[in-house]
Amino acid sequence: MKNDPAIHVENLTKMFGDFTAVNSISFQVGKGEVFGFLGANGAGKTTAMKMLIGISKPTSGQARVAGFNVRTHAEEVKNSIGYMSQKFSLYNDLTIKENIVFFGGIYGLPKSVLKEKTQALVDELGLHDHADALVRSLPLGWKQKVAFSVALLHNPKIIFLDEPTGGVDPITRRQFWEMIYREASKGVTIFVTTHYMDEAEYCDRVSIMVEGNIEALDTPNKLKERYQVGSMNEVFLKLARNIE
Amino acid sequence: MKRFRGFVIKEFYHIFRDKRTLVILFGMPIVQILLFGYAVTNEINNVDLAILDKSKDAETQKIIHDIAASKYFKISDILEDEGQIEAIFKKGKVKAVLVFAPNFDKDLITNGSAGVQIVTDATEPNVANSVSNYLSSILQKYQTDINKAITIPYQIVPETKMYYNPELKSVFMFVPGIMTVILMLVSAIMTSISITREKEMGTMEILLVSPLKPHQVILGKVFPYVFLAIINAIVILALGFFVFKMPVQGSYFLLALESILFIFSALSLGILISTISETQQTAMMTSLMGLMLPTILLSGFIFPISSMPVALQVISNIIPAKWFIILIKGILLKGVGIVVLWKETVVLLFMILLFIGVSIKKYKIRLE
Repeated sequence: MKNDPAIHVENLTKMFGDFTAVNSISFQVGKGEVFGFLGANGAGKTTAMKMLIGISKPTSGQARVAGFNVRTHAEEVKNSIGYMSQKFSLYNDLTIKENIVFFGGIYGLPKSVLKEKTQALVDELGLHDHADALVRSLPLGWKQKVAFSVALLHNPKIIFLDEPTGGVDPITRRQFWEMIYREASKGVTIFVTTHYMDEAEYCDRVSIMVEGNIEALDTPNKLKERYQVGSMNEVFLKLARNIE
Repeated sequence: MKRFRGFVIKEFYHIFRDKRTLVILFGMPIVQILLFGYAVTNEINNVDLAILDKSKDAETQKIIHDIAASKYFKISDILEDEGQIEAIFKKGKVKAVLVFAPNFDKDLITNGSAGVQIVTDATEPNVANSVSNYLSSILQKYQTDINKAITIPYQIVPETKMYYNPELKSVFMFVPGIMTVILMLVSAIMTSISITREKEMGTMEILLVSPLKPHQVILGKVFPYVFLAIINAIVILALGFFVFKMPVQGSYFLLALESILFIFSALSLGILISTISETQQTAMMTSLMGLMLPTILLSGFIFPISSMPVALQVISNIIPAKWFIILIKGILLKGVGIVVLWKETVVLLFMILLFIGVSIKKYKIRLE
């Protein structure tokens, strides 16, 4: 159990009728790793991720998340993971504090812990003046940071981020990645999808999905070496072109 | 349980921070009851009437006087010839003209019968109908008065008794109807919108990834609306009771029970709609077209089901509101109990089970 990878995927497949959205993919993610899950829109990365977080059932294949089988132990999986989606993950008509209390509450955190956590989070993000402001009134970058912190409230072992920095300015993206690194250094496994190729460079390893298959999986440096290009962007383009 | 409480609290924040929702929830029932109670009525009062008296004798004067003395009519014009009738209708104010034939009193005395004509503006058929009935009955009364001295050998005098609503107050029909419509609206439309809102905003995914079970999510979303719908039912009944003197002949307990049953049937419909709609807009349109119109038109609230074409009568059976209106009228006006109303109760129960069953099935398919 101890040396189990955080995520272990074997021949995971998802079919919608005749269409194969995810075609027998296999990979492992180690504990504390920042794993970039890349792919063009429609490549199947969201579908694959949905199977890992337990809201979509695999057609065939196996996946173990935090040591639990996603088919048979969905509840345990849910308690061990955090999730932040590309659509915004907080309630706009609730204040920051209320969002924290709500999301902490559905993970069963006791009141005293919630209070502590709220204070810590507000301190960390420097939101003292805004803790009682409706989330609606905050700039997008702040919302994203709060959403990330909220997804971490219950101390998940793995956190899934589905295009977390969509539409955010470069400075905020930078800050966001600093938060990601901080969590990774604490041992939290990060599974992140993105289509910003500069962000792919920040990952420990990346996988690139094309049409339901994982076409490449390695560290950014090795991938650049293998395809003899200078940036992840070019790696991505090369792979996508090969298929066409 | 604690998780559930937190969920419900959050749901109340949503409701109380959305002014529009609040207005729909609490403003509409009151406005509708008062509107229907006071404004929408088949009773007539102070209708403008014109007289075309070609006879101008003592008898016609007496009749005109009787009419003017009643609270139903006020005589606003005296016409000189038939040509003026259309002109005056076209102006729109006068709704009816009473025409006396020439030599009215002479005919009455010598021939024993005299000519009188009621001409009504039937662009509003209900008003025209009521006006002609009221005028006829005034003439009838006059006739009875002058015949007092004479004994008529054979006579059929029907004595009409109106049970359960002796004064034929239309508000007695509207209170149960409005209550039905409002409960359907609050329960079905509001829940379907609030569930699809989570889908649209992407927060539904977050909730499904959390340890909350799907049924806890749905129950948490629905619970506040049960509460609000019950408050609405109480407000509507209280208004009916105190403002319009609506009687409650039957048991309060049964009334509460059946109302809650209907609220549940509407809620389960709302859940069903939310499982088939992706956006709030679809949910709203589906609810309005699929629920509100049938609830208003086919439930027997405004139009009696017995006079509908057979096809519509059959369709009316699948509308929960139809059964609830029978139940609530039975309890409020007739004071009957479960012994009489068990069939309607069973139908509602069955509908709830059906809607929930289908919702669960649809929901599972979505999760695949």
